[in-house]
Amino acid sequence: MIRLFRYLKPYRVSVAIVLVLVFLQSLANLFLPTLMANIVDIGIVKGDTGYILRVGGVMLLITLAGTTCAVASSFFAARTAVGFGRDLRARLFSHVENFSLHEFDTIGTASLITRTTNDTNQVQQVLVILMTMMVSAPMMAIGGVILAISQDATLAWILVVAVPILVVAIILIFTKAIPLFRVMQVKIDKLNLILDEGLTGVRVIRAFDRSQHEEQRFDVANHDLTDTAINVNRIVAALWPLMMLVLNLSTVAIVWFGSVRVSNGDMKVGALLAFMQYATQILFAMLMLSAMFIMLPRAAASATRINAVFDVAPEIRDASATVHAAERSGYVAFEDVTFSYPGAEEPALAHISFRAAPGEITAIIGGTGAGKTTLVNLIPRFYDAESGRVLVDGVDVRAMPQEELRAKIGFVPQTAVLFSGTAADNIRYGKEMASDDEVRHAAETAQASEFIQDMDDRYDAVIAQGGTNLSGGQKQRMAIARALVRRPEIYVFDDSFSALDYATDAKLRAALKQETGAATVFIVAQRVSTIMNADQILVLDEGRLVATGTHRELMETSAVYREIVLSQLSAEEVA
Amino acid sequence: MSQDRRPQAGNRPGGQGQQGPMMFGPGRGGLGMPTQKAKNFKGTLFRLLTYFRPQKYKLLAVLAAAVLSTIFNIVGPKVLGLAITRLFQGFILKLNHVPGAKIDFNYIGHILLILAVLYVISSLFGYAQQYIMAGVAQRTVYGLRREVDEKLARLPLKFYDSRTHGEILSRAVNDMDNISSTLQQSLTQFITSLVTVVGVIILMLTISPLLTLVVVITLPLSIIVTTKIAKRSATYFARQQRSLGELNGHVEEMYNGHKIVKAFGHESRSVAKFDEMNDKLYDAGWRAQFVSGTIMPLMMSIGNLGYVFVAVLGGILVTQRAISIGDVQAFILYARQFTMPITQLASITNTIQLTIASAERIFELLDEPEQSAEPVAAQTIAHPRGAVQFTGVTFGYNPNTPLIEDMNITVKPGQMVAIVGPTGAGKTTLVNLLMRFYELDDGQILVDGVDTRELRRGDLRRMFGMVLQDTWLFNGTIRENIAYGRENATNEEIIQAAKAAQADHFIRTLPESYDTVLNQEATNLSQGQKQLLTIARAVLANPEILILDEATSSVDTRTEILIQRAMSELMRGRTSFVIAHRLSTIRDADAILVMNHGSIVEQGTHEALLAKGGFYADLYNSQFAARAVEEEAVR
Repeated sequence: MIRLFRYLKPYRVSVAIVLVLVFLQSLANLFLPTLMANIVDIGIVKGDTGYILRVGGVMLLITLAGTTCAVASSFFAARTAVGFGRDLRARLFSHVENFSLHEFDTIGTASLITRTTNDTNQVQQVLVILMTMMVSAPMMAIGGVILAISQDATLAWILVVAVPILVVAIILIFTKAIPLFRVMQVKIDKLNLILDEGLTGVRVIRAFDRSQHEEQRFDVANHDLTDTAINVNRIVAALWPLMMLVLNLSTVAIVWFGSVRVSNGDMKVGALLAFMQYATQILFAMLMLSAMFIMLPRAAASATRINAVFDVAPEIRDASATVHAAERSGYVAFEDVTFSYPGAEEPALAHISFRAAPGEITAIIGGTGAGKTTLVNLIPRFYDAESGRVLVDGVDVRAMPQEELRAKIGFVPQTAVLFSGTAADNIRYGKEMASDDEVRHAAETAQASEFIQDMDDRYDAVIAQGGTNLSGGQKQRMAIARALVRRPEIYVFDDSFSALDYATDAKLRAALKQETGAATVFIVAQRVSTIMNADQILVLDEGRLVATGTHRELMETSAVYREIVLSQLSAEEVA
Repeated sequence: MSQDRRPQAGNRPGGQGQQGPMMFGPGRGGLGMPTQKAKNFKGTLFRLLTYFRPQKYKLLAVLAAAVLSTIFNIVGPKVLGLAITRLFQGFILKLNHVPGAKIDFNYIGHILLILAVLYVISSLFGYAQQYIMAGVAQRTVYGLRREVDEKLARLPLKFYDSRTHGEILSRAVNDMDNISSTLQQSLTQFITSLVTVVGVIILMLTISPLLTLVVVITLPLSIIVTTKIAKRSATYFARQQRSLGELNGHVEEMYNGHKIVKAFGHESRSVAKFDEMNDKLYDAGWRAQFVSGTIMPLMMSIGNLGYVFVAVLGGILVTQRAISIGDVQAFILYARQFTMPITQLASITNTIQLTIASAERIFELLDEPEQSAEPVAAQTIAHPRGAVQFTGVTFGYNPNTPLIEDMNITVKPGQMVAIVGPTGAGKTTLVNLLMRFYELDDGQILVDGVDTRELRRGDLRRMFGMVLQDTWLFNGTIRENIAYGRENATNEEIIQAAKAAQADHFIRTLPESYDTVLNQEATNLSQGQKQLLTIARAVLANPEILILDEATSSVDTRTEILIQRAMSELMRGRTSFVIAHRLSTIRDADAILVMNHGSIVEQGTHEALLAKGGFYADLYNSQFAARAVEEEAVR
């Protein structure tokens, strides 16, 4: 939490202003009882109405001044706290944008989203409260003590007794309650998870006739949560009555011992009244502070999660001395590349070597988990190889600036991701300066122009977040168009035709052939028919490159390849 | 679904655990926040109250304790005033050197003792009230939550299909949370505040009507100030909420599409867009904070104003001997106690409105029509063989536009039915009918000669095994997910099932093997791997009838032949409905159902359908025949 407050530095002047204003406001509030004591001890005792009115006037002015300070401090506090939140969010976001896929895998996309949105808000919210209320509480407490002592130092011993009692009570209650609050949050999450699963999996649950089981699961979690909630609330139930009791009994004690001092002529009645009010203010301030015990742990948890993100240094960074590729052509080479995902028992890719040249189509085929996607992810340096080298145009990708490397590549991922914006925006994502003609041409090649023309606003049709208003096949074609408009040296199609029907697939393939003629093309495919005429086919099996060659060669030489081919033909055709 | 979709819960400043009044000013759903209104406030309120019926005595005890605690507390200042007055009288006499003058400690001590007892009793009642309320509130919410969950289990699939999960979840989570905290805090606070306001006014009147007037005059002032500010801050809060929504949307989009952002080198543009949105959020955010932040100090100032008036006017009245000094002291305390409950009442009214609106949404859910009851004398099929017969089946999601009309088909045990059609042709409709997720409009479906409506739904569904492309796995270990197919499966059986589904190998490459915990969206597995797990789950369940979705893209190539083997093995001796993409499957099928736009357009054997030259023939020629030619070429 404290670590995050370093981002408050640009606001130190504002923070200082807030502190001063809150201090003045506290002074104003504290000064009123003293003035009232004067009304009693001087005005009333002497029966001087003029004096009473004069002091009353001063009290009004002070109230006004106090209010002004309060409103002004609210202004600065709001700007500071919300500004801090903005800065924190911005830093976090740009930090995360530098992450490689590896860091996304480790922390988790959903968790990163929560940390960037919810957790930063949580911290900002606490800072608001900290700056508005929590700053004034200690000032009120300290100021109250000083003024109470100035009214009557001897009576102050009552406070010396009451305050520690209060503090101990608060600490006792919170040390019991806070861990329970934490437990409760976990149980709430658990309950919600069960509920969510029940919704998404309703068909499966009913198909396996497990409704009873799910209901029991829910009931156990529900019961568990309820028990904890009752416990927590019963503990916290003691807080307020206990506070009030300490406060009220202190007042009683002050009046009793105060009376004795008044009787001995050591103290005036007005001073006694003022003293009582100070005692109330002090104890209330303590109460306020106790609220921090609730706020802070929750914010601290958020702060820890945010810090954990800041602590992750992006694994993939540009080398300090970058090398530029001499030529723009699109040669790709893997030299004995091995790669494993963190924590996995077996490497996802082991000792992969091959070369791909411009004008060639390299197809990659293999079973689920064979490492096809992993392999193509190494080309744009989404991950770094564990050993061996990936070369693009003769330069190790780790030595090249990431931007330059990726500018060479048109990447079409397995699941098409689109962004909110128009259809044209989405295609231009590949090349910002693309002309309307270029966009249209790319769409035509990708067989996307037909459905785009069918939409209400054509190229200006709005694509919803995540492309939810398009079908799977339409999204894939958009993603292909986005890569085409770049006219890159290297194309990577990671199983990008899976959602297309046969006729579209054939047309797209024919159009692509002309478009990508001079480029280096990688195609990850499931179906043999897709890649039969590739210049070279890489056959992967459990992370190993088991065979390389053309379709005809592989049919002769590779048992694995033959097995794949045969698996896709109907039994009668094989026989 | 993860934490991020339910940020509202427990996210408000000072949400849970906030017991004392005014600890954080306008809190949960308090002043200045936008409100939602219930359509039928009174009806919903009464219905919510019925949930307290099992605990009505406890609730009455809470109410009594709240009232007593408040009364004992607010009488305090008046009693204290008696002691102060006596003290002041003695003090004045001594000051004027009246002989024999002394302070009446006997009387003062007596009063203070009474006062101490009053305060102790007040605190005890206060504690009792909170303590009992904790049980009442949480148990009520427990019951409500359980009712919702049980209701969800009885709702037909139609309900789930016509609503988003977010919508249902928001009722069961956010709305429930609202009710929970209101019951815990706001209800008793409402009572104590009300009693305080009324009690304080009465007590003030008994002391001095004139001073009461002075204090009450500040009342309209505070109401005007709060409502005015609240209105302004509500617009800023709404703007803040909107900006926050946009910003969160951008973050979600960019993080989910991180790979694309990287691939196309758009990092800096993404950051620039974020900064722009972030600035907008800042602008609305600080205004909202600032405006709502002024409510507290302004209320305090108005309170102070009353304080000054009382001090001055009271002082003058005391000099004229119209009122005693103790009464002025009491008044000062009352004036302080007065503004607090008023702001609180305003904010609680707001909260209660929010809560009733929440309750209304939950009741709406509870009132949804349920699926038809299970048959009274349910039949059972002791030795299922897997014969399926449709006779005169008519069905449509919308009764006016039937998708299936008078469909008749007889499937003998062990036969295979292929379902063919373009993507989006409505294959799930058939699943919905076979598994009785939806009810037929007319006709009947017989399994082993028994009408499916005469079977318990659970008994019927247990005869089926389902492997769809749309996988569902739950947050748990891989072992638990496979075991979902059958209760009490042994470890050996689970591994056997995984092996049969060709999932054993990839499971063993995972860090924790069979104990790997699937995260919430199961993003730590590929689509193909997820499907392998669902196959293993079905293998373990060992059903009589299978519904299979032939994999198109996710589980293919080399794995496919192995899976195909496993599936054929699984299909042997079992009746199966296969959503087919493979040429061989449809050629081998005993019957083919051709679907288009959700309805079954043709049915028959491959040869018969080809001969007919209808939709199937077209489809076959455009898709499968072309592929067949290519497959020839491969050879």
